[in-house]
Amino acid sequence: MSDLYREHILDHYQNPRNYGTLENPDRSFEDSNPLCGDRIRIDLKLADDRIVDIRFSGRGCAISQASASILTEMVKGKSLEEVRRLSADDLLEELGVPISPARRKCALLSLKVLKAAAYGLNEWPT
Amino acid sequence: MNARASTPPLDVERIRADFPILRRTVRGGKPLVYLDSAATSQKPASVIEALAGFYRTSNANIHRGIYELSEEASLLYEEARAKVARFIGAARAEEVVFVRNTTEAINLVARTWGATNLRAGDVVVTTILEHHSNIVPWYQLAAERGIVVRFVDIDAEGRLVLEELERLLRSEPVKLVAVTHVSNALGTINPVKEIARLAHEAGALVLVDGAQSVPHLPVNVRELGADFLAFSGHKMLGPFGIGVLWARYDLLTALPPLFGGGGMIRTVTTEGFTPGDIPARFEAGTPSVADAVALGAAIDYLEAIGMTAIRHHERALLDYALPRLEEIPGIRLFGPTGEDRAGVISFTLGEVHPHDVAAILDQHGVAVRAGHHCTQPLMRRLGVTATTRASFYLYNHEGDVDRLVEALEEARRVFGVEG
Repeated sequence: MSDLYREHILDHYQNPRNYGTLENPDRSFEDSNPLCGDRIRIDLKLADDRIVDIRFSGRGCAISQASASILTEMVKGKSLEEVRRLSADDLLEELGVPISPARRKCALLSLKVLKAAAYGLNEWPT
Repeated sequence: MNARASTPPLDVERIRADFPILRRTVRGGKPLVYLDSAATSQKPASVIEALAGFYRTSNANIHRGIYELSEEASLLYEEARAKVARFIGAARAEEVVFVRNTTEAINLVARTWGATNLRAGDVVVTTILEHHSNIVPWYQLAAERGIVVRFVDIDAEGRLVLEELERLLRSEPVKLVAVTHVSNALGTINPVKEIARLAHEAGALVLVDGAQSVPHLPVNVRELGADFLAFSGHKMLGPFGIGVLWARYDLLTALPPLFGGGGMIRTVTTEGFTPGDIPARFEAGTPSVADAVALGAAIDYLEAIGMTAIRHHERALLDYALPRLEEIPGIRLFGPTGEDRAGVISFTLGEVHPHDVAAILDQHGVAVRAGHHCTQPLMRRLGVTATTRASFYLYNHEGDVDRLVEALEEARRVFGVEG
C-alpha cells in the first residue's frame, strides 16, 4: 500500500547493511537532526583515498536509517573525490521512493555525515 | 456525579457540514480525517465569511477615521474585543489585548511585567509540561536579568506534582507561576484554580497558557483566579494571526508599553511621549482588524454550540478512542485517563519513529502530528525523542477514531511491531 515504505526501504531499515563501528577509523563523523532526533555516525577506513571499509550506526526514522544503509553500499570502494561529487539527487534516486519536503532532511542526513567525513571534518565549522 | 449525562450530545454531522474543508479528499481521494486540532483548528464557513466579509464590505483602518467605513471597522474591532472578554469572563473589555498568538502574549508579559517586576534572584516557576513558548521567554529573562527558572515535575501519569510547587513557593522567592491549563502534548488538564490559590498565598502571580484550554473547555478567568491568560485564535476556529493576552485590570494599567508607535500614545512632542490607556497601549501599529472580527465570529459559533457540550463531546470521543487504541499491540499511550484529560492522545508504536507512523497514517488520509510538540523537556522526561499525537475537536466523530485505529494497524503490519 505504501509508496514510501517499499520493500527495499523496509529491508534496509530492518536489516541495515554495514551497520556498526570501525576500530581506529581513518575518518569518523556524527550528526543529528535535532527536530526529529535522527542520528547517524559513519566510520571510514581508507587506502589511497579510497573507501575500503565503511560502517554506520545510529537511530531514527526508517527513511534516515534505510538511506544510510543504502548510501554505505553506494560508496564502498569509491574514492573520496567521487564521494565529494555525490549529489543529493544521486542518493534520492537510489532510494527510489517519493521523499516529501518534510522528510528530505531525514533522507539526506547520512549524505551530510558522509560528506563531512570525506572532507575530513571533525566537527561543523562555527 | 456524571455531569456528562445532563448535556445533550452534539449533532456532529450537522457541525461537520459547517466546515467546508472536511468535504475535501487527500492522498488520492481519501476523505480527510483531521486529528491535528491541537496544532490548529479548521474553520467553519461563518468564520471564513466573517473574514472575507470584512474585506468585502467594511474594510478601513480603525480609530480616528472620520468616515462611516472607519467608524464601522472600529466598532467591529471593539465588538470583537467585548466578545472575547465575555467569553473568558473578564471583568472589562479593556483587559483584553489583541496580539498575534499565545507566544506573543506570553512574551508581552515577560517583556513588560517581567522587565519591571523581576530582579536577579527572583524565581519564575514553570512546569515540565510546558510548550517552549512558556519556557524560552523566562530563560531569556534569566540570561538578561539573572532571574531563576524552576520546573514542577509530573508523576507517572503526567499530572503535576503540586507538592513540588508548594515546596518552591515556601522556600524560594517565587514571583510568578507560569503554567499551561492543558498540556498540548499529553492532554493533562492542570488544576489551575488550586495552583492560583497556592501561588497567591505565597504572594506570586499566575500566568495561564490557555492555548489548549480556551478552545476546548469553559474558561473563566475570575473563577480560575488567573492574573494573566494567553491564547490563540487559530486553535479556536478563528484565523491565524490573532491571539489574546488577558490581564487583570490593575496589573495591566501599571505596565509600560512594549512597542512604540501609532495607536499606543496619548501625546508625542519633540520632548518625548506619554503612553495611552490600556488596551491601546499594547497595540502599537495597525492591528489585525479583520482577524479580530473573524475571531469574534468564531466565538459566536462556539457559544452557539456551548463550551460545556464541546468538552463533553471530546471527553466522550476520548472514552471511545482510548480502549480501542490500548488494544493495539506495541502501543504506548501517554497522559492521565481521568476527568483531568483533554482530547489529546500522544503515543508511540513499538520502536517505530513517530514520523514513520505519521507518514503511514497520512497515506490513509489521517492527519496527525509527530515530533516533540515544542515540548523537548517533557519528551526527555518521558524518555522519548518524539511521540505521535492525535487531537480532537467538536467536528471529530467516532468514524475518525476508527480510521485512526485501522491506519495504526497498517503501520504495525508494515513495521512488524509485536505486542
